[in-house]
Amino acid sequence: MSVATLGLLSMIALEILYKGSADTIGFETWRPVVYAYVLWGVALGIGQVLTRGEDGQRALFLLPALLFTIAMVIFPTLFGFYIALTDWNLSSFSGRRFNGLDNFWQMLGDPYYRNALFNMVLYVLAVAVEYVIAFGLALLLNAQIRARKFFRVVFLMPLMLSPVAVSWMIGKSLMEYRFGPAATLARHLGWENPAFFSDPITARIAIMVLDAWTFIPFMMIMLLAGLQAMSREVLEAARVDGANAWQTFWQVTFPLMLPVSVTAVILRIIFKLKLADIIITVTSGGPGGATDSVSSFIYREYRDRSNVGYGTMLAMAYLVIIVVFVTWLLKFANRFVRNVN
Amino acid sequence: MSVQTTEYVASEIRSPASFLASRVFIYGALAFWAFICLFPIYWTITTSFKTAVDVTQGHLIPFVDFQPDWKGWRSLGLSPDSIFQTSTVREEFLKRFMNSVITSVGASSLAIVIGSLAAYGLTRYRYHFAWFKNEDISFFFLSQLILPPVVLALPFLVLYREVGLLDTRVGLILLYTLMVLPIVIWIMRDQFNSIPVELEEAALVDGLSIWGAFFRIVMPIALPGMVAAFILAMVLCWNEYFFAALLTSTDAKTIPVMVASQTGSQGINWWSMAALATAAIAPLAVIGIALERYLIMGMTAGAVK
Repeated sequence: MSVATLGLLSMIALEILYKGSADTIGFETWRPVVYAYVLWGVALGIGQVLTRGEDGQRALFLLPALLFTIAMVIFPTLFGFYIALTDWNLSSFSGRRFNGLDNFWQMLGDPYYRNALFNMVLYVLAVAVEYVIAFGLALLLNAQIRARKFFRVVFLMPLMLSPVAVSWMIGKSLMEYRFGPAATLARHLGWENPAFFSDPITARIAIMVLDAWTFIPFMMIMLLAGLQAMSREVLEAARVDGANAWQTFWQVTFPLMLPVSVTAVILRIIFKLKLADIIITVTSGGPGGATDSVSSFIYREYRDRSNVGYGTMLAMAYLVIIVVFVTWLLKFANRFVRNVN
Repeated sequence: MSVQTTEYVASEIRSPASFLASRVFIYGALAFWAFICLFPIYWTITTSFKTAVDVTQGHLIPFVDFQPDWKGWRSLGLSPDSIFQTSTVREEFLKRFMNSVITSVGASSLAIVIGSLAAYGLTRYRYHFAWFKNEDISFFFLSQLILPPVVLALPFLVLYREVGLLDTRVGLILLYTLMVLPIVIWIMRDQFNSIPVELEEAALVDGLSIWGAFFRIVMPIALPGMVAAFILAMVLCWNEYFFAALLTSTDAKTIPVMVASQTGSQGINWWSMAALATAAIAPLAVIGIALERYLIMGMTAGAVK
């Protein structure tokens, strides 16, 4: 019991130290605060076990992840909302200056940001095509074939590769205007001038293709798992009833696959909303910002102009849009699945 | 299995012509997509052995179209004749490579440890933190998946500068842990749910503590799931570019940042870029082939009920 008090006391002492060091500027960096937070977390854990016994031991399972996530997410996000309301350019000497909603009004009038948002809509819509291809591939892999494991490994391969390397391999090399094999093939197919990244529309399509190439395997694997979990009896029953392959697919396979499909598509959309690295490395937003995603636009806003305040405002607005959109999407998907079944 | 196969053959043997046609279609489609998946990789590997002329003329097949040369690998200091000589490029490359290894292994390990513990707690016990219940806590963790990196990137840039973590591997490890934690929790929750509670109850009756039961009974059973989550986390961390590009400059730069910084410059050396890209994708390609089973297990966790 005395140990318990000691634990609690050290906890409180550390918390005072924590608060105190945050106010004084005695340290060179704020790193001691981080150490203090870690120690405080450890003390909190020990305190839990000592004061609450078995319940405390149970809480100990959850505590590390909880403390970690709160420190890494809540605090930076709140800080981000504050930065968003400042005029802060890292390359200027005037430093940080609070300017209220100025960034917000500037954002509303920014045609490049609106264009980036519009691009995100297009990129998300491309998921539909990816879904169809992924479903087709899953059906192929689920058919009675030889060397299934070989094909599965090969089809999975693009997902393993770093998007940056992929954007060089395909975007900069295969689609190279003068001698890339893809350009040569396009010339043979009758496209006189296969410059993939000089026209806004073809550039967008090229980005979509690159992204699809990496991420189709992801949906394919989920759909394949769904197909393999389906009971054979249902398919056999349909066959006995005289349904042909086409009817079996639309009336049995597809409805049964709906829940898995919805999960796969939603996860894919969430990943799609983060799309940035391919665009940054292949086109850096060009031609003229036509291929920009929101993330890549903000990235360049910081890298080229060091405009932290405005960039953060754009990011925060994007966060709000995403949260609203994904919440709606989840609700809609739930209702959709329930209505069909 | 064998019963099912014979059934299929029996039902399809009725019309040999259409059976043959469907076979041709299926294998044709499979071969076509395999080509699409493999050709870029093939192109990159062969390009690393090409000279300038061979690249610009679009030669494809080694020994037939062109004579392979170690040019790309020599420029990285990794070809047979240059491997024993000192090479600044090789040192640079190895440093980046080690950074990538350390950050991705470190972040994945940290995420597995705290993620597994949290997932186990959430599947076995009921919690009340103020007004938060289990469902809310789970949702809190999983909702981090939605958070786009760009939202955290700029605040972290500023915070890391204040805390002195900018351009350090520790800083990257912490961020990557945050990035993969929801996925780890998602996989491990599924894994722990599939383990019957009776096992632990028996262990508790036998006198083990809660943590003892977790380490001695549950962990060994859940190990495949942990491996799956670990590998998936490794892949995500290894390929991460956005945070690495913003938060590192000289010391902690990772492989993707190195690859990207080379593509930006004008007048690319095709062969050395190809060699670099090959070296960047090789570790994961090997993992993908060797541990494909675990990867699939990780990706399909919770997808099929």
